[in-house]
Amino acid sequence: MDITFDNVSYIYQPNSPFEHRALENLSFQIPSGSFVAVIGHTGSGKSTLIQHLNGLLAPTHGSVTIGDVMLQAGSKPKNLKALRKQVGVVFQYPEHQLFEETIEKDISFGPLNFGVQEEEIKQRVQETIEAVGLSSDMLERSPFDLSGGQMRRVAIAGVLAMNPRVLVLDEPTAGLDPKGQREIMDMFYKLHHEKNLTTVHVTHSMEDALAYADYVIVMHNGHMYMQGKPLEVFKEKEALNKVGLDVPEIIELTTKMNKRFGLSLEYKKQSVEELAAEAAHKLKGGSV
Amino acid sequence: MEQSFLEFQNVSFQYREDSPVVLDDVSIQVNQNEWVAVIGHNGSGKSTMAKLMNGLLFPNEGHVYVDGLKLSDENIWEIRRKVGMVFQNPDNQFVGTTVKDDVAFGLENHGIPREEMIKRIAHSLKAVGMEEYEDHEPHRLSGGQKQRVAIASVLAVAPSMIILDEATAMLDPKGRKEIMHTVNQVRQERDVSVVTITHDLNEVTLADRVIVMNKGNVWFEGTPRELFEQKGDLQSIGLDIPLVSKFAHELKELGLNVNKQPLNHEELMDELWTLHSTM
Repeated sequence: MDITFDNVSYIYQPNSPFEHRALENLSFQIPSGSFVAVIGHTGSGKSTLIQHLNGLLAPTHGSVTIGDVMLQAGSKPKNLKALRKQVGVVFQYPEHQLFEETIEKDISFGPLNFGVQEEEIKQRVQETIEAVGLSSDMLERSPFDLSGGQMRRVAIAGVLAMNPRVLVLDEPTAGLDPKGQREIMDMFYKLHHEKNLTTVHVTHSMEDALAYADYVIVMHNGHMYMQGKPLEVFKEKEALNKVGLDVPEIIELTTKMNKRFGLSLEYKKQSVEELAAEAAHKLKGGSV
Repeated sequence: MEQSFLEFQNVSFQYREDSPVVLDDVSIQVNQNEWVAVIGHNGSGKSTMAKLMNGLLFPNEGHVYVDGLKLSDENIWEIRRKVGMVFQNPDNQFVGTTVKDDVAFGLENHGIPREEMIKRIAHSLKAVGMEEYEDHEPHRLSGGQKQRVAIASVLAVAPSMIILDEATAMLDPKGRKEIMHTVNQVRQERDVSVVTITHDLNEVTLADRVIVMNKGNVWFEGTPRELFEQKGDLQSIGLDIPLVSKFAHELKELGLNVNKQPLNHEELMDELWTLHSTM
């Protein structure tokens, strides 16, 4: 589904001493099927932005359009239920929201609420539990007997079971070990392509933005500060540093080697192995 | 001989009798003024270890010593005064209606006089870069800002040991660096032992020593440099090595002579420079 922000501002507690403008005149478009990373310093407005995507917040000014649902400042949003059916949000630490007795019931909760038929739910539970890399043998177990990483997968399965067309991910790998982080992101990436989803990924990891996103939106103080393809955005080291962000470490390292040794390595998503080979070759005096 | 501040003697722990053993006969120590990083896959027992360090949990077997005291019901409050802890999720740690009140809470509990309290609140909020937020409501701050306030609350009571249990997990990279910088600064100002439980490998490189947990056992103990010399093994237990270490390993495999395992970009550049000038 296409997502459009048209001149969106959002103000927390307007006309009070605590008034805070979290988003200011924000306009952008996310074409259906893209994988977009939203990055920015803490407090830059990322979380406020994504809460507009399923109507948890409605803009104070301007409008947000997701598919054929429009959230407009000043008018009561219609079709919120339809919107929430289509936009699945994986919040930070989603495992904190588990509550059912069994894993199966927990995954079924969302679709049940939206009136999906029982047979269909059963099938979706089977599909999603496998999609998140867990075994369907576990369905009768309590989600609270699982490890933290497994609990997170169950919570994610609960979101996927709604069959969303848009997936919103708010730091989905925070707190996981390196292997768990990679597995979860690879899983989302695969689902994104298999199901032809539109994915919005809020992340502090420049590495993940580089690895998975087609497009990057950089937020700063409630404004859109930069946007573009990952390799283009991450060329702008100084501009990013100015707003408290870094470039991915591998790009930083490439730049430093070029500077110190007068090389002309170009980072274009090589693996560490490939980059090391190029560097070694050039350091030995060869030309690539 | 370095003096140990905290010691686990043959500590075993499980949450229930019928649940798996989380820690299995673990003996470790943290010296005075030492910074120890604890890493391990999810479920390896790291966080349980942290909770045993200030008496949030008691061992089923073995003993925990803090500053010479054997952890028990009687001295638990004394031990908690010595060991400050910051958790992963800052939302569970707030009591005050303003940031200032929140930092004051711990100080009030410790019976610190008002004049001194005011000074300490200002100082600790400044140390984490939150001095402009003292009248804000904690629950309206962003995740990273909340976490900095939680750290300020611990800094304010000046414990002898600070445990950061994945306390930077929700921060952006700059926020993480700032917190690590803060920790370093505090260490320069006064004696304090630091235990950081983390998945962030670059955070590990800053520690004096690393303890790697795997399935409830101590899998490795040593300096970060020693740790990152072994690449495949770490990956086999769900962990990874920093990018610079990976890069150095690759260069070695390409037949380049990288002598010292680099821990950061500068060390890698210096190693490369040595190679470059001898080629």
